[in-house]
Amino acid sequence: MSELRKISRREFMKRTGKAGGGLVFALTFATACQPDELTVGPAAKASSSVAPNVYVNIRNDGIVEIYCHRSEMGQGIRTSLPQVIADELEADWDKVEVIQAIGHEKYGDQNTDGSTSIRNHFDLLRNAGATARDMMIAAAATMWAVPADECVARGHAVHHEGSGKSASYGELVETADGMPQPESATFKAREDYRYIGKPMDTIDGLDFTTGRAMYGTDTVLPNMLYASIERCPAVGGTVTSFDDTAARAVTGVVDVIKMPEPTSPPVFNILGGVAVLASNTWSATEGRNALEIEWDRGANGEHESKAYREALVASASAPGTTALARGDADIDTHSQHEAVYYTPYLAQAPMEPPAAAAIVNDDGSCEVWASTQDPQTARATVAATLGIDKEQVTMNVTLLGGGFGRKSKPDFIAEAAWLARETGRPVMVAWSREDDIRHGYFHSVAAQYFRAGMDADGTTQSWLQRSSFPSISSTFAPGVTGPSDNELSLGALDAPWNVPNMRIETCDAEAHLRIGWLRSVCNVFHAFGACGFVDELAHVKGKDPKDHLLEIIGPARKIDPANDDAKYGNYGHELAKHPVDTGRLSAVAAKAADMAGWGRKLAEGHGLGIAAHRSFLSYVAVVAEVSVDEEGKLVVHELWLAIDAGTVVNPDRVHSQLEGAGIFGMSLAMHGELTTKNGAVVEGNFDSYPMIRMNESPAEIHTHIMESDAPPGGVGEPGVPPVAPAIVNAYFAASGKRIRELPLRNAGLT
Amino acid sequence: MAIEFELNGESVSLDVDAAMPLLWAIRDVAGLTGTKYGCGKALCGSCTVHVDGQPMRSCVVPASVAEGAKVTTIEGLTEDGDHPVQVAWRELNVAQCGYCQSGQIMSAVALLERIPNPSDADIDEAMSGNICRCGTYTRIRKAIHRAAGEKS
Repeated sequence: MSELRKISRREFMKRTGKAGGGLVFALTFATACQPDELTVGPAAKASSSVAPNVYVNIRNDGIVEIYCHRSEMGQGIRTSLPQVIADELEADWDKVEVIQAIGHEKYGDQNTDGSTSIRNHFDLLRNAGATARDMMIAAAATMWAVPADECVARGHAVHHEGSGKSASYGELVETADGMPQPESATFKAREDYRYIGKPMDTIDGLDFTTGRAMYGTDTVLPNMLYASIERCPAVGGTVTSFDDTAARAVTGVVDVIKMPEPTSPPVFNILGGVAVLASNTWSATEGRNALEIEWDRGANGEHESKAYREALVASASAPGTTALARGDADIDTHSQHEAVYYTPYLAQAPMEPPAAAAIVNDDGSCEVWASTQDPQTARATVAATLGIDKEQVTMNVTLLGGGFGRKSKPDFIAEAAWLARETGRPVMVAWSREDDIRHGYFHSVAAQYFRAGMDADGTTQSWLQRSSFPSISSTFAPGVTGPSDNELSLGALDAPWNVPNMRIETCDAEAHLRIGWLRSVCNVFHAFGACGFVDELAHVKGKDPKDHLLEIIGPARKIDPANDDAKYGNYGHELAKHPVDTGRLSAVAAKAADMAGWGRKLAEGHGLGIAAHRSFLSYVAVVAEVSVDEEGKLVVHELWLAIDAGTVVNPDRVHSQLEGAGIFGMSLAMHGELTTKNGAVVEGNFDSYPMIRMNESPAEIHTHIMESDAPPGGVGEPGVPPVAPAIVNAYFAASGKRIRELPLRNAGLT
Repeated sequence: MAIEFELNGESVSLDVDAAMPLLWAIRDVAGLTGTKYGCGKALCGSCTVHVDGQPMRSCVVPASVAEGAKVTTIEGLTEDGDHPVQVAWRELNVAQCGYCQSGQIMSAVALLERIPNPSDADIDEAMSGNICRCGTYTRIRKAIHRAAGEKS
């Protein structure tokens, strides 16, 4: 049993010296404010209720309302978050209602990004449930005039063993109302969990299968206008002049408005352009197509991805800035092997493109409904865009039709709010697919150089790795010329390789597009390069790739990159709680290999490939079985993924995230590439930016969750990075051909 | 112009431009938002509806095509969500974000109408027009087989 002591808000701030990110604790423990009323408030359903904290509201009709403060984008958080709270609360699952929380700092961190919902909030959620449970016990003890420690909570009720009395949670609401918060919350023992660790069905399953699920794009407000915005093809470009005569002549078009100029750096601000507003989406689109606009493409107007690639490769091929140094990576060795890896720009391309609806009221306040991963940043961005206080902004969070990092950036929400004010009417801004693919915050293009030195018996003695890619920081700050330590912390600085001499360098790269997070972020290219290169070393040394992988990971140990002068972020956590544990990495690699029957006789033209990578505090290994025919038809027959994510809340959602990671990883491995000409992204839809489809999907994606009682790691992202290198390594096993760049279609493979 | 057709069993008359894709007539004019936009070019299948029983990508079908036809959207498939395909989808927890699943389900229902016991190859052929960015394909395949088993 573990215990968390209640701390006051003042004490919390004194300890941490800040009122920002970690404020959740103070709020959770110290306040008992009523949850927000959404469209239909809780009071409408019952005559009274009590809210032990911002996440829980218990109604006197017995229903427990749980406020999900994290955004649902397919990871299943609207199921797994309530599982944790309901478990500690001893609530019956069929008496739980899940309400999506608005964007508000009282909920603590709501940025649904970085696979953090469980890993950063597990104890917070347990505490929310446990303090609520203790409050019910205290109410029962008061009602029966018995000591609280003689009462137990079980099955949505409190029971007194001695007298045999029982009271349901609903019956205790009146007594509990106004009672003080329990001083401390005792967590349940693992063996007593009712829901944590169980594969609970998705709570939105009925809505998902009947069309009732409401996403940002489904918002309908009275008298609402639909906007379609033509933006400058190049980032930072501006409108020189435009003619809207033809646009205004389109039936249904109500107005044409020039958007505010873009900023440099772009941050989350409006990207400029010209908006056409109409009574329906089609008219807005037709009107937009009829616009005639002259652009000044600005400073990025000559960006060409082909030339840029050469510059990146040249940058990575020359010495850069040292980010990690262990021993002497330049020592003389018996032999050396080097390689350059390249991966292109990618777009997140969630199936629901960015969408938000907004209304600005007469008093200047604004209410928004948005597919947002980060409702508090969205709220602050809307407030800044409109020049109002954030208290005047109500940020309603809808379901997200996929996110993958795109919906962490609220530029589209700012557009909706700004247009709502300009027009004086509710406005829906729903990006087209072309908007989404051409005007996004892109996953960074990257070039990486690797060099390894081996001694005579094939042991790797030195490792040099250089990364050159435009930084996400460039989206937020001027003068950024290359990767940051935070980005190197995503799968480079925690390199698990047991090599005595290692140096990791960053190399300059200027940004010419808005660079942003995409599922797994820099881990995607860092894992692709490193896991591909490690596989190359196996073949150079004449060793079995799986045996070699386990050998170069080396003995089980805990790595502290600070020992090698690296500024390693560890996803915001102490290494003491979440170590870089090579033993866990080896274990998932061995497990995935075992699942795949590594070493078995394969059909002609088939090959197995393996890759393993730690990211977001979890460990994932992937084995791929592929075949290739003479025409270059590459088939991924099966994938095997093993994850060690520590403690798991909903294993079915973990399995589904791994299955999805397999497909997401395949899409970027096989097809994913954005190119630019004259500063503009060339690709625009699923014909030129293809996704894996059913006919390319593996026959089976086998997934395994390692048993663990370690603290929870991330789940949504860690599955993706090892997929592409496993496929490329399998392709080598099948064909003898090494591929060092993505996507594979550029190598003539389909 | 007014286009008259049967939408989920009810006669409707929608005053829309004849060239307006059926998708927007259904979503913005009739107000049924279960049918989704994903690409606007019949590349992703999120907008799949049935027109006289045939699966169609409503994002490229002009509303005028619906004149006099019977159009079924996800909302009209069943009243309570108890079509064997919908049930199988829930039993296997197919959906992740759920956005593409209206279109996936409408394609799957049309497949089973045509081929009651589809092979994996039949499923590939019928379902490859529907993109799922979350990557639920292996579960969709299993759910179609399950629904086929329950129907037969």
